[in-house]
Amino acid sequence: MPFLDHTQPEILRPVSTMFIVTSIVGALLLNSLPWEGLWLTMRPDFVAVVLLYWCTHKPLRVGVGMSWAIGILADVGDASLFGQHALSYTLLAFGGVVLNRRIRMFDLREQTTQVFVILLSTYAVYALVHWQVNGQVVWLYFLGCLTSTLLWVPMSALFQSMRQMRVDRE
Amino acid sequence: MDSTQTFQVFNRGPSPAARLVFFAVLSVLLMFVDARFRYLESTRSALSVLVSPIQRLATLPLTLMQQAGDFFVTQGSLLEEKKALQRQHGLDAVQLVQQHSLLQENLQLRNLLALQQRNQFTGQFAEIVYAERDVFRRKVLINKGSTANIQAGQVVMDDKGIVGQVTRVFPWLSEVTLITEKDHAVPVQVLRNGLRSVAFGAGDTSQLALRYMAVSTDIQNGDILVTSGIDGIYPPGIPVAKVEKIERDAAYPFARIACLPVGGVDKYRQLLVLSAVPKLPERPEAEPLPGKLKSKKSGVH
Repeated sequence: MPFLDHTQPEILRPVSTMFIVTSIVGALLLNSLPWEGLWLTMRPDFVAVVLLYWCTHKPLRVGVGMSWAIGILADVGDASLFGQHALSYTLLAFGGVVLNRRIRMFDLREQTTQVFVILLSTYAVYALVHWQVNGQVVWLYFLGCLTSTLLWVPMSALFQSMRQMRVDRE
Repeated sequence: MDSTQTFQVFNRGPSPAARLVFFAVLSVLLMFVDARFRYLESTRSALSVLVSPIQRLATLPLTLMQQAGDFFVTQGSLLEEKKALQRQHGLDAVQLVQQHSLLQENLQLRNLLALQQRNQFTGQFAEIVYAERDVFRRKVLINKGSTANIQAGQVVMDDKGIVGQVTRVFPWLSEVTLITEKDHAVPVQVLRNGLRSVAFGAGDTSQLALRYMAVSTDIQNGDILVTSGIDGIYPPGIPVAKVEKIERDAAYPFARIACLPVGGVDKYRQLLVLSAVPKLPERPEAEPLPGKLKSKKSGVH
């Protein structure tokens, strides 16, 4: 597939703020679809993946603070403990911002392994908070981590091609 | 590719590590405050104004599909339903007349006994907007909030029995904790013999459990549990659960009693929120017994 091995750096258009905001709102929307039962445990965290994409590709536009704020909104949406998503997205953004050059050096398939570790740390926060509050470790949370990682390749490819398309049009 | 500069030529504020520490500490603090003191409810309800449009939008397709389904009901099924309803109405009417007379009689008797009248409760209908995202918690959000005068503590039921209790109120939404939530307690009474107990939610299954009941307790499979009304929050006499399984093991001091909720705790969309939190007369002040006794004793010695 052509988009999987783009070894030469592409020239992409600067990203409009509108694109970033729309993608994050869209991810929040996908997260709050009426998932139930097993689907809910299997559901990838769309917001986390989108935030990680922007933190690695535009670390100066979307960073730790912004991720924290979106985490607070996610907490309100999920009616979860205030600060739970905020903490995990803060960790995620830190990983993305610090490792952004290293991650972008690899092609999309190789990026997956790097992304997996970052996402694992964010899901560990959920499990840790659950353990602290309810006194038991729920390993099922990590199922969502796997599906989120699998989402990385199609989503990055989609965003990359959307940014590319704008060049072709003009 | 952008941002490939190696030298920190421009000042970009604090480093990512500093930001990480700041926001992580802030989040942990927020979690602590939220879990221990619940000070943040107003902030939460203010922010929910931002988030709830997104959530409404996400559940919109499902709502529309349900409405479309309602529209394309065939006439045959409607007629059948009408007949069944008429039959049911006939049966109910008889019972209603009987109940009216009983109600009158009861009222008179109560007047005679100069008992305090039981509060008539009214309710308002609400619909479940969505269920809690966390699979391991039993909570739902309904579409009425503080704008519809919902208060925390109000009881939520369906036509069969108790479903839960309002625990948080937002402007247009409120959170209902189901009775099957872990450690959620409902004071109950066995309908057959008036035995009082408390039903606790099991959390991991959609069951309830009666704890601390002696092995020799008079309780049978199929017993109906109704609210006792002693706590002052749940109105008395509303069905809660049915006893499903009893394990009496002489090795343990207490029997294990599992019950299934009578109300459609995880079935229906429409719920009834009972109007107000009833007020009980205030508790008498606790007598300062131990202190006095001690002082007397010390006086004697």
